[in-house]
Amino acid sequence: MNQVSMVTVNNKNNANVQPEGEARLRMENVNLYYGEFHAVKDISLDISSSSITAIIGPSGCGKSSLLRLFNRMNDLIPSARIEGLVEFDGVDIYQPGIDVVELRKRVGMVFQKPNPFPMSIYDNVCFGPRRHGIRNKRALDDIVEKSLIQAALWDEVKDKLDQSGLSISGGQQQRLCIARVLAVEPEVILMDEPCSALDPIATLKIEDLMRTLSASYTIVIVTHNMQQAARVSDMTAFLMVGDDRAGMLVEYGQTSEIFTNPKNKKTEDYITGRFG
Amino acid sequence: MEIKNIKSRYLTQRVAIVILAVSALLVIIPVIGIIIYMIANGYSSLNWEFLTASPAQAGKAGGILPAILGTVYLMLGTILFALPVGIMAGVYLSEYTRANWLTRLINMAIINLAGVPSIVFGLFGLAVFVLGLNLGMSLLAASLTLAAQALAMTITTSREAIIAVPKEYREGSLAIGVSKWQTIRHIVLPQASPGILTGAILAMSRAAGETAPIIVVGAAFLVGGLPVSPFDRFMALPYHLYTVSAHIPGMPGEIKWGVALVLIAMVLFFNMLAGIVRIKARKR
Repeated sequence: MNQVSMVTVNNKNNANVQPEGEARLRMENVNLYYGEFHAVKDISLDISSSSITAIIGPSGCGKSSLLRLFNRMNDLIPSARIEGLVEFDGVDIYQPGIDVVELRKRVGMVFQKPNPFPMSIYDNVCFGPRRHGIRNKRALDDIVEKSLIQAALWDEVKDKLDQSGLSISGGQQQRLCIARVLAVEPEVILMDEPCSALDPIATLKIEDLMRTLSASYTIVIVTHNMQQAARVSDMTAFLMVGDDRAGMLVEYGQTSEIFTNPKNKKTEDYITGRFG
Repeated sequence: MEIKNIKSRYLTQRVAIVILAVSALLVIIPVIGIIIYMIANGYSSLNWEFLTASPAQAGKAGGILPAILGTVYLMLGTILFALPVGIMAGVYLSEYTRANWLTRLINMAIINLAGVPSIVFGLFGLAVFVLGLNLGMSLLAASLTLAAQALAMTITTSREAIIAVPKEYREGSLAIGVSKWQTIRHIVLPQASPGILTGAILAMSRAAGETAPIIVVGAAFLVGGLPVSPFDRFMALPYHLYTVSAHIPGMPGEIKWGVALVLIAMVLFFNMLAGIVRIKARKR
């Protein structure tokens, strides 16, 4: 393990995936404002399916805001205003008449701080499916088991499903939150710095999990941990704050390219730790 | 010189702490004093008959059961109307409104509602419920009147309890395609319920002690029999206490204090209940 090097490039066999053909998620000339504040400036980005895309960049560069555009979580902020096109499977998700609830069912999200609900592990996983109308106990049992297995948490909690979701460790809580998302069978999983509140071992577990999940899900992860981006992602987008304090896309490409042969001087400076 | 200076500062600090502590302790004295005085003067009248019989000889003999029941019914009636409206208004104000002139107006209305003198609520109840809706002088009219007064509290406490639910829970729910209403119903309200309940219980115990408004809308000093319908007139402890204390000559002291003791025991019981609910919720 080359832990010393700042850059540990992921050389998985699918490292050559290009965001070509049908993009799962697409942004075209997107601008996001919070009131007068220009948070995200003129970003265009294609994200292909069954891959992990990392969004990296210094604090306050609009990474999380960018991520939240994909499931319209920015809608919760009254002053947020968006320009440009954001597409999911070719559908403009900001056009009138879009069912945001249905969109978020298909584009799930995991947050920075593990946020299990104050209820049992079982109920946490069932929360989404129950709200979506599944009442059958057997069906719910199956969903819980399947989701927890997928989230690599089953073995650790199968004997205490009725215990509070808050009673397990931080890393387990985060995997529980991932299981909660998986339980509603999304197609895309957005992760907003999912490991920043976790210790290194828990972090590695989540990263392994991401690799496994990337076979069947499109994953977009925001991280300020560059090694993490290098380890897990296929594609990397590097964001920076411009002179006008708005976040803009500096470089986007295959992770191996970005980390070994960045085209932009700013990217190189950032990944080699010269700033940020 | 330096060191001396610091020592004098410590002394000032100590004096300040003592003064502050004494001020805080002063609060206990009236509470303990009132309770002890009431127990000392009133406990002799407390017996089974006093709690379970109707008054006789203009309250000089017999018991106060109709007044106890009347107060219990009033509390239940108040909360029956004030709690649902309080919760719904609290949800609306905290979840579905943005800061604009309407919410500012509603907030001002709530603050002013809390400041309206209770006798004014009585007159309002007389005009609107007793005469306007033709409910007559009745338990129902009195419950509605007290509920109108309790609304300020149930709305405020509901709203505050709802706002206090961490936004991470809401986001976690919304982010898996759960609708806003389902999130409120299944995450926010269960989380807020101890706070809502605490406010409701305190509103009830305040309603139990109200005297002025109920005189205007249906409380009576002596009613034959126990209230059986919401349209009956009723007795209530605070009004009974007022009448036996102020209007019945030759009333034995222990009866007045006995009535007061029963009333304050009920109020304290509900306040304690609110405290227990709060502590339990904090532990969870």
